[in-house]
Amino acid sequence: MSDLATASLPAKQPDGALAHAAYVLRSNPVTLLAFSMFAVLLVAAILGPALVPYDPMASNAAQALQPPSFDHWFGTDNLGRDVLSRVVVATRLDLVISVAAVALSFLIGSILGSIAGYWGGWIDSVLNRLFDTIMAFPLFVLAMGIVAALGNTVENIVYATAVINIPFYARLVRAEVNIRRDAGFAQAAKLAGNSDIRVLAVHIFPNALPPMMVQVSLNLGWAILNAAGLSFIGLGVRPPTAEWGIMVAEGANFIVSGEWWLAIFPGLALMFAVFTFNLLGDGLRDIVDPRQRT
Amino acid sequence: MTYETSRRGFLTGVGATALGASVLPFLKVLPASAAGNDVVVAVTGQTINSLDIHRKGTNRPSYQVAVNVYDRLVSFGTKTLEDGSLSYDYAVIEPEVAESWEFTDDGMAIVFKLRPEGKFQDGSPITAEDVKWSFDRAVSVGGFPTVQMKAGSLEKPEQFEAIDEFTFKINLLRKSKLTLPDLAVPVPMIINAKVAREHATEDDPWAMEYLHKTPAGSGAFKVASWKPGEQLVYERNDDWTSGPVPAVKRVVLREVPSPATRRALLERGDVNMSFNMPNKDAKELSGTEDITVTTTPVENAIYCLCPNLSFEPFKDKRVRQAIAWSVPYEEVFQTAAYGRGAPLWGGQSATPADIAWPQKFPYSTDLDKAKALLEEAGYGEGFEVPLSIDLSQSDWMEPAALLIQENLAKIGIKTTIEKIPGANWRTASLVEKRLPLHLETFGGWLNYPCYYFFWAYQEGHLFNSSNYRNEEIETLTPEALHMPVEDPDYAPKIKRMIEIVWDEVPRIALWQPALNVGTRNLAGYEYWFHRQLDVRGLKKV
Amino acid sequence: MAGRLSTIGLRITHAIPVILGVVVVSFLLTRALPGDPAVYFAGAAANEQSIAEIRTALGLDKPLTEQFLVYAGDVLTGDLGNSLSTGQPVLEDLANRLPASLELTLTALLLSCSIAIPLGVLAATRPGSAVDHLCRVLVTAGVSLPTFFTGIVLIYVFYYLLGIAPSPLGRLDFIYIEPDHVTGFYLIDAAIAGDWETWIGALKQLVLPATTLALFTLAPLARMTRAAMLSALSSDYIRTARAAGLTEDKVLFTYAFRNALLPVITTLGMVFSFTLGANVLVEKVFAWPGIGSYAVEALVVSDYAAVQGFVLAMALLFVALNLVIDLTYTLIDPRIGFETK
Repeated sequence: MSDLATASLPAKQPDGALAHAAYVLRSNPVTLLAFSMFAVLLVAAILGPALVPYDPMASNAAQALQPPSFDHWFGTDNLGRDVLSRVVVATRLDLVISVAAVALSFLIGSILGSIAGYWGGWIDSVLNRLFDTIMAFPLFVLAMGIVAALGNTVENIVYATAVINIPFYARLVRAEVNIRRDAGFAQAAKLAGNSDIRVLAVHIFPNALPPMMVQVSLNLGWAILNAAGLSFIGLGVRPPTAEWGIMVAEGANFIVSGEWWLAIFPGLALMFAVFTFNLLGDGLRDIVDPRQRT
Repeated sequence: MTYETSRRGFLTGVGATALGASVLPFLKVLPASAAGNDVVVAVTGQTINSLDIHRKGTNRPSYQVAVNVYDRLVSFGTKTLEDGSLSYDYAVIEPEVAESWEFTDDGMAIVFKLRPEGKFQDGSPITAEDVKWSFDRAVSVGGFPTVQMKAGSLEKPEQFEAIDEFTFKINLLRKSKLTLPDLAVPVPMIINAKVAREHATEDDPWAMEYLHKTPAGSGAFKVASWKPGEQLVYERNDDWTSGPVPAVKRVVLREVPSPATRRALLERGDVNMSFNMPNKDAKELSGTEDITVTTTPVENAIYCLCPNLSFEPFKDKRVRQAIAWSVPYEEVFQTAAYGRGAPLWGGQSATPADIAWPQKFPYSTDLDKAKALLEEAGYGEGFEVPLSIDLSQSDWMEPAALLIQENLAKIGIKTTIEKIPGANWRTASLVEKRLPLHLETFGGWLNYPCYYFFWAYQEGHLFNSSNYRNEEIETLTPEALHMPVEDPDYAPKIKRMIEIVWDEVPRIALWQPALNVGTRNLAGYEYWFHRQLDVRGLKKV
Repeated sequence: MAGRLSTIGLRITHAIPVILGVVVVSFLLTRALPGDPAVYFAGAAANEQSIAEIRTALGLDKPLTEQFLVYAGDVLTGDLGNSLSTGQPVLEDLANRLPASLELTLTALLLSCSIAIPLGVLAATRPGSAVDHLCRVLVTAGVSLPTFFTGIVLIYVFYYLLGIAPSPLGRLDFIYIEPDHVTGFYLIDAAIAGDWETWIGALKQLVLPATTLALFTLAPLARMTRAAMLSALSSDYIRTARAAGLTEDKVLFTYAFRNALLPVITTLGMVFSFTLGANVLVEKVFAWPGIGSYAVEALVVSDYAAVQGFVLAMALLFVALNLVIDLTYTLIDPRIGFETK
């Protein structure tokens, strides 16, 4: 997906970019929608625990498995906990997992990719083979294996998700850096007495950022799904922590017996978040890809 | 190869293959339940991974093959429970391959007379030599079968003698009430030694590789096809000699991992039986038209919460008692077990009135008492401890743990719930015994309290995951273990043992679990202590 | 042609370190899994001694390097060991289960392509229109659903409530007779045998799981088609073609689409290998006897041989797939050689 965006021009005027962004947002209602959905997510993540009507952890066996009602908008689960409260409170954790995982893979991927792309040679070959090896793994199973081996905690879910994403970022950065390392502006910066690392970090790497942002946004959604999948297998966060994936996974067992609200609401929240990130990624691509300017 | 048969129309027997595709459509549009009166379709969530119970690595669901495809010398009787369902009868030992048996005068040997008409599935006679070979195998291969044989004091090949073709003798190492019942568990099954020997090699003297995939027994059913992870098809042995020939011709056992799907299949009438249903489905489907849910409390089994005595706060009896007083038993029972099973809390007296086991522990939910005990023990401000549960049993362990966690927090004990994957669970909880606070599920096959104590309360024994040691229990348990129940000393010993473990609570009983089986147009389901499906008595109605 | 063969050879030699890496990493990963298979498989009433016996039988008492050498030697001779949980040789298990996963994944991709590519083309020809936005929202919604959730909802609605779909019992309802084994793909085998009843039976079982997976794979394919079409349409040769007065259809399908196919095929390859690994969850929900569900079960019980075998098989498949994609590239666009990076 990245190779399309590689065409982005190296030096963009900031105000031009802003104007373009505003233009794209105006002309593209879906992207505007995505940004407002993102705002909703942020509010839920930051203020969620203060907004919810019930304690998301408090069980109430007498109120177990109540269908949605005025008191419990999303019903209650098998322990009598309020599903709405749990869904809202889970936003923060899910966002933290995906943001942390993506940030980690972004960071490590950028460094490794820059090294491979800038210096090339044997180090490039070794790193490339390493990325090939990771990519040759069935990624979800690799993530499962990592979490199973390290133990199922939030940190390990983050690490596992980060590891399987590193090659994508590294590849992207490597390609961007590789194209530009001999470009005129890079040569000029070098001749001006800048060190390799400075040229790489200040002059070359920023060019890779726009396509990376697209990747980041798409990846955020994917990271949430990945964590949810791990939960479904039973390798997710620890109970009683509220997390969408584990709620869907547990609720799934109740669908056939008619308690659909247990899985549907967290499922919708999950979908909402992933949907937001995906639309956002798509929108960002429109903004960074000048070829869209027709 | 057993695989090949699967594609031949097992549904209609030989006919289907001959009829060919032109006639088959009539059959194919029929729903499964109407597939024929002599075909039963059952679903289960578990995988059968071997057809040989003696093999290393054979899992529990595979034990049913030993039950249905092989015979033993003796079997347990059948009784009707209060709710009208069938159960095996621990009190009655019935002939199976043996037609009669008697103890020698000194009581140190049992002599079995085999049925002279007894035939294996290949038509060859069942001889004492086959029994000897099978028993030698069970005590020699190591692992679970050898341990289980040992529980009945069946330990070495020298104990087993083939006197003549139809006379088999077991020389006893000690007089034990456990020996005869231990011959009726799935392990001492009788293998066709002639067939097995043909496939034995120097490296594999017990034909483990061959019998793993190809049973050679005399049982009521043959294995028509087996696809691990998918299905097992039993086909009736029309010439069964160890009992009345079963009513159904074929039993198709499908493996469906998702409990929701299993429930849907039963509700829609696409299968005749769902074996080992989740408690919730059992609760909700009982009373549904056309579906019969049979719930049988599992004998000699307790789901318990175990504080580990190797860890500091739990060394103090009062801390353990405080935990026992703080568990929200009723909520746990209703939420985690949906009320299926038997309550084991709220006993009135600290000394047992009889030797029934399990019986109600003298604890109930009383947070004030718990708090007081904790303060007395010097843990008034509480402490932190992980509460470990098994990932593969999280359906009931997780809600139970969450409710316990909530109440423990009220008396100041802060717990974090740790889910441990299946492979690690046994190692951590039972072998290394390193979990400070955890849930445990032991149930004994042989239905005696002393047998439970032997495994779960004696130091170093596998299911004593609390690292509990009490000198009196260490002396009393081995004394009671082999003693006949009628012995006047037996009951006082057992009562004393129960009294001790009630007071010291190394294992806090939550409830007695139950086995749920849903059936549709099907009769003859019988509960067995091994908790696996016995298809021999099933019939369509 | 000889040149092409040697470049293929070169590609294969490049794959060797990858395969080696996979073998080493999967070995280490399985050994890092918690739990002791010997304990797990010793059974309910095992004691220290029986556990030790099993450990010796499995060769787990040897030092790690020795275990690895034994394993590597076995792999070279094509022996992947025995799975502990199914009790079968891993190679046999994989051979039995791989066709099931492949059939499901390929059907899903076929379904997905047949929807996604026209959608993508449609969206690209009218960028910014309502149709474009609708396509985008629809496919994005599809990829935003966790597959296990979609699967369960589909079963609930189409099997449980409506009763249209067959019971979710794997590849074939048991009332059908399994077709003779030729390829292991039931649709193909049943067609070869001319048994159309079974063919329909197998197809029915495929519909729900394939739809679940297809929903998930729509987005990358549709998006890539749209993007590739857009970039093709805005390129110089299209402008030239249009200027030369070629009909819009000819421009669209002969020139633009053909050029847009390249990135779409790359994406397809990525999606394929990703889906094959990720349909773990779908297989679990639909009781599909594929390699994904096999791997999950194996991982949970620390069944070393099965996990390693699965990972190795997937890696080989991945490498082979990339090779095929590269070859397809040269077929579609002969200008692209095999020059390696």
